[in-house]
Amino acid sequence: MSFILSHFNYIAVAVLMMAGLFIVFSSGNLIKRMIGLAIFQTATGLFYISLGKVSGGTAPIVVEPNSPEARELASRLDPAYLAQHGVDGVVYSNPLPNVLILTAIVVGVATLAVGLAIAVRVREAFGSVEADEIEVLSRVESTQPGPRA
Amino acid sequence: MISFEALHAAPLALTAHAPVLMVVGPLIAACAAALAPTARTSWMISVTGSIFAAWMALALLGEVARRGAVDYYIGGFAPPLGIAFHIDGLSVFMALLISSAGVMASLYSGHSLSAEVRAEKHTLVQAGFLLCQSGLLGLVSTGDAFNAFVFLEVSSIGTYALIAIGEKRDRRALPAAFNYLIMGTIGATFYVVGVGFLLAATGTLNMADMGARLATLGDSSVVQAGFAFVVVGLGIKAAMFPLHGWLPGAYSYAPSLISIFLAATATKAAIYLMARFVFDVFPDGAAFGQGFIAWVLAPLAATAAIVCSLQAVFEKEIRRMLAFSSVAQVGFILMGLSLATVAGASAGLFYLGAHALLKMTLFMALGGLAISMGARRLDELAGVARDAPWSATAFAIGAASLAGVPLTLGFLAKWRLIEAALQAGQIWIVAVLATASLLTLLYVGRMLEAIFFRAAPAGAPRAREAPVGVLAPLWILAGLNLWFGIDASLPEKLANAGALALLGGTP
Repeated sequence: MSFILSHFNYIAVAVLMMAGLFIVFSSGNLIKRMIGLAIFQTATGLFYISLGKVSGGTAPIVVEPNSPEARELASRLDPAYLAQHGVDGVVYSNPLPNVLILTAIVVGVATLAVGLAIAVRVREAFGSVEADEIEVLSRVESTQPGPRA
Repeated sequence: MISFEALHAAPLALTAHAPVLMVVGPLIAACAAALAPTARTSWMISVTGSIFAAWMALALLGEVARRGAVDYYIGGFAPPLGIAFHIDGLSVFMALLISSAGVMASLYSGHSLSAEVRAEKHTLVQAGFLLCQSGLLGLVSTGDAFNAFVFLEVSSIGTYALIAIGEKRDRRALPAAFNYLIMGTIGATFYVVGVGFLLAATGTLNMADMGARLATLGDSSVVQAGFAFVVVGLGIKAAMFPLHGWLPGAYSYAPSLISIFLAATATKAAIYLMARFVFDVFPDGAAFGQGFIAWVLAPLAATAAIVCSLQAVFEKEIRRMLAFSSVAQVGFILMGLSLATVAGASAGLFYLGAHALLKMTLFMALGGLAISMGARRLDELAGVARDAPWSATAFAIGAASLAGVPLTLGFLAKWRLIEAALQAGQIWIVAVLATASLLTLLYVGRMLEAIFFRAAPAGAPRAREAPVGVLAPLWILAGLNLWFGIDASLPEKLANAGALALLGGTP
């Protein structure tokens, strides 16, 4: 039980990730598959952000020593840690994963945009966004000769 | 003997920044091409950008030969805090391959695009092509694991759009591009998750630094999970059997410019990154790495070589045949790398370069024929050799190289692979190679029989010979297939330097 509680964030990430992947592979609708992909990518973002969180840590903006903010932040920390580092030993969360995932989100948005644009063109060319109908229409295509320039 | 040490391809001021210029050059050219007023201008920008990247890669070749490896700190921030480009023998090998493939493909695109893509889209196609090139060059030069993901996606997003643009000729390009987008994004996301695990275990993203810390860390389930995610993610991008489902469609229905460039570079760049992780980043002695190479990589590569060659034999559409053959050849390359010896890696890299060259020749020759024919199926190409002898002969040279006929580059590549396998005592790899080569001979034979020896059906429209703008780059490639088949000292030296950079050791 304590394992589940202490790893709650990772379990949530795993569940979301699998849900996203399941949608991608089980659904025949191109739009639904894009939605699954977006959930899958968001789960990765969650994974990175929970990696960067340090318990008791604050946002990584330098706090002035001996200021009321420093004291306030210190009051939330573990007493043993406080005894060792003093009131100014402010704990910061790791900002790097947040920055990384910001980049990954931008990449994800670009992918989503391209994917949806292609889905629109598929709808125009085949008159459907269902994978199995497109499959049937494609099979007809492969028996016909190509267009000539 | 060629000496790279004496090579000073560019002025010092440019050479000092060559690692980043090589990537930024095509990137800026991509913006310029997108804004270009006419298709012709965008084509010239595309050729200029590609040649510039190749020039910078040449400048780096001399620099790496002299200094062993070139480290470039972006913005002057030293790693592990800053992002660094790390160019060694392997990176330079890949960069030269990608940029020269870019030059050839862009030269060819002047004529092919007008037949395959709507005129108003040409500027955007060239922009996407340059973007893809820039991403791939960045991927092989960066020394930062997360930066590699960004470059991977820069190139992939360009690729998705470029495949979809093939819809004018064949509307199946659209679902193919969509499938590739889904699979590619899943692959890239797996890679990111893997890098996240490794970041959690080591606290660094710089590959060299990560490798050093992993070596002292020992085996942990976090590292193993990271390894698994990275390898599966890159396996999708590299079309490693059985994750290759996206590839035949993507290669077959894209405009021929894109097929040519992708066949030579895209999966190869992913193989490069996988090799970097398996051999460079992860500790050499790690049991899970060894187990992966011996029990996953090698058997899957062998299965790919045989199963996909068989699929190519029974395929009706000629471009799909070549695409299945590409998956099979990826198997050959991975078999070479899976030997995990310097000779094996060198043979694998040599094969990688050889395959890039000969597949480019084949796709370009086919593109040349298809400009006038619009042919999809093999039987539509019956007898075209009479009407378009130059394109058909270049195709035959590429096909001979693919089958491994002596005096072609493909023969030397297979020979070196067999030699390395015998040296490593892996007789079964030789057996797989021999079987797969026989199957290759079968489908190559089918193609050549149709093109050269079958009579065109009565009343069928005649093919026209491809224009000079297509024939010139095509025959340069075909000529290189023959030249390197006789004197392979240049690619051999590059591949050896790459293998040494990957596995360490002395020449």
